[in-house]
Amino acid sequence: MMKENRLKFTIIAILIGLVIGAIILLAVGYNPLEAYGIMIAGVFGSPKYISWTIIKSTPLILTGISVAFAFKTGLFNIGAEGQFIIGALVATLAGYFLHLPPVLHAIVALLLACLAAALWGGFAGFLKSKFGVNEVITTIMLNWIAFYLSNFLVYWDKFKRPNSEASQKILSSASIAFPKEFGSSLGSFFNAPVNFGFIIAILVAFLIKYVLNDTTLGYELRAVGFNKDAAEYGGINVKKNTITAMMIAGAISGLAGAVHVLGVTNEISILSAMEGNGFDGMAVSLIGGNSPIGCIFAGLLFGALKYGGYKIQPIMGAPSEIINIVIGIIVFFIAMPKMIEGLTTIRSRRKRGGEVERSK
Amino acid sequence: MQKKIMAVVMIAVLALSLAACSSGGGGDKLKVTMVTDVGGVNDQSFNQSAWEGLQKAGKDLGVKVSYQESHQDADFVPNLETALDAGNDLIWGIGYKLGDPILEAAKKNPDTKYAIVDFAYEDTPENVVGVVFKQEQPSFLVGYIAAKMTKTGKVGFVGGMEGDVISAFENGYHAGVEYANKVNGTNVEVIIQYAESFTDAAKGKAIANSMYQQGADIVFHAAGGVGDGVIEAAKEQGKFAIGVDRDQNYMAPDNVITSAMKRVDVGVYNVVKDLKEGKFPGGTTVVYGLEEGAVDIAPTSDKHVPKEILDEVEALKKDIIDGKIEVPFNQETFNDFVNSL
Repeated sequence: MMKENRLKFTIIAILIGLVIGAIILLAVGYNPLEAYGIMIAGVFGSPKYISWTIIKSTPLILTGISVAFAFKTGLFNIGAEGQFIIGALVATLAGYFLHLPPVLHAIVALLLACLAAALWGGFAGFLKSKFGVNEVITTIMLNWIAFYLSNFLVYWDKFKRPNSEASQKILSSASIAFPKEFGSSLGSFFNAPVNFGFIIAILVAFLIKYVLNDTTLGYELRAVGFNKDAAEYGGINVKKNTITAMMIAGAISGLAGAVHVLGVTNEISILSAMEGNGFDGMAVSLIGGNSPIGCIFAGLLFGALKYGGYKIQPIMGAPSEIINIVIGIIVFFIAMPKMIEGLTTIRSRRKRGGEVERSK
Repeated sequence: MQKKIMAVVMIAVLALSLAACSSGGGGDKLKVTMVTDVGGVNDQSFNQSAWEGLQKAGKDLGVKVSYQESHQDADFVPNLETALDAGNDLIWGIGYKLGDPILEAAKKNPDTKYAIVDFAYEDTPENVVGVVFKQEQPSFLVGYIAAKMTKTGKVGFVGGMEGDVISAFENGYHAGVEYANKVNGTNVEVIIQYAESFTDAAKGKAIANSMYQQGADIVFHAAGGVGDGVIEAAKEQGKFAIGVDRDQNYMAPDNVITSAMKRVDVGVYNVVKDLKEGKFPGGTTVVYGLEEGAVDIAPTSDKHVPKEILDEVEALKKDIIDGKIEVPFNQETFNDFVNSL
């Protein structure tokens, strides 16, 4: 029942978001039906667009799961961005410097990236459990350290590709892209860099769901999230669980960075600003109701909005700021089905109140 | 309830996709689009300048123009594909970061024309044109002006991120200062710092503030959006700044004494015009310098810079065009230049 309601409210929220976005488009003088039409055609119009949407969504699903997981354990992981950067960095380093046979190379690169990002995230957890430093502060700080560490290493002679702003490309043995021969029969779907990242993301979602709901570790983590003091009273080691939770959250975000590199970009470039894959993960987690499975759909929705939404601009000539506002509003509303839920319960309560009055 | 909602959603989706089908179609106008780099189209700098050039082409030449913003590096490839699918005849990549994606797209789609700003290929495909600017030339001129106008004997340079293009700005500027030192027997120092960003205005402000505190009174920036902060700092501290790419005097009329203009708009406009006239310079790299009128100091310079300095600058321009002064564009040529003074 709860779940059904939740879905209902999410759908209502999405519709409200679209309607308000439409009002804004109308107010500035653009036809909202045409705009949304372009967006939908931009996502579903060709198999290639669908694969691009999936590619765009994959890292968001993973960072979303990372934030959702931390949230379930009572932690707010703002560090997904930095953990993503560390994951991408280590995956590129491993992909370029190590020489291993094909499949093994990719797996090693993914695992190393997860490990590095787990330590990165775990450090914030350690500071929290040992010294009581709020993880919100430390993870924000660590984001910037990761950002500049990544830029610093890309400038390193042995790693930088000459005459470019980017690192060397990973060796083809580390790539997780679908093999080329695989694609020719399926047409343009495989014109985009389709890769195993999406499958990995779905596996991770189910794995995390299993860990949270069906293991002792998950039980302990959730208990800490519900009520730290009660959990401690119940004999759960809160400090150890805080570190573990942040390590797992970090590993998932790092994995996001790694699949992005090994599957799509094949390199990392000098960042001139945070790319937002981790920050968007927070929105994805919120939309997905902090559930790992919900994050799959929320990530796809978010990726579709971002990929399809920006296609409106060149066709209609609407300023990109307007498009950003509309996308922002849609996200804003889908992120708060709770409010919609609240509004409808107030209404139904009033209605019921009225009935009582009348029956008197 | 559930079913009703689903029904409404399905109807909405259907209605929207129908609307999508009815739109489209465009006639046989020439279609030109540009893909920005991560600075976005309102960066007060070269993306904006490129868009201005394209808009002018749209008005004067009757071509259909549009732009597509990139928000991260991973957007370049899908944005170029979207531009291709929209049936554009010419697709611009703005900024050297799009060098590789443009080359790849051009090889895959030999029937579509591509152009890129700030990037020269060693082996340019027939359907691509590179447009590069001698940014060291206007930088040299503003460096000369800065050295002549400083009262403290110290001037600053704020770079965006290290790379060939920004290095040309830096070395041209530094050379201008050294040249003025030599000619006028002064000893003006240059403080150089990079922001490691093209977007972080707060960082530009912090760097400029610290330069002003170290005694510099004029700071030149070649840093895209970071420069907004540099100019803001100049405004707050009552010091001077030098703008870049476009005439940035309007951002702080009392503080921006001149700008090193790099007329990306001129470059973009000219290539579109050539295409329209059937003379698309495919397979080549077009170089724009003082001679072509595509780089210069800002027309508003006479508000702050005394006439006699501007006259000297005019003479310098002539020397550069005549080849009497060869403005250095990297560390190596800079060292040679200083040794030859």
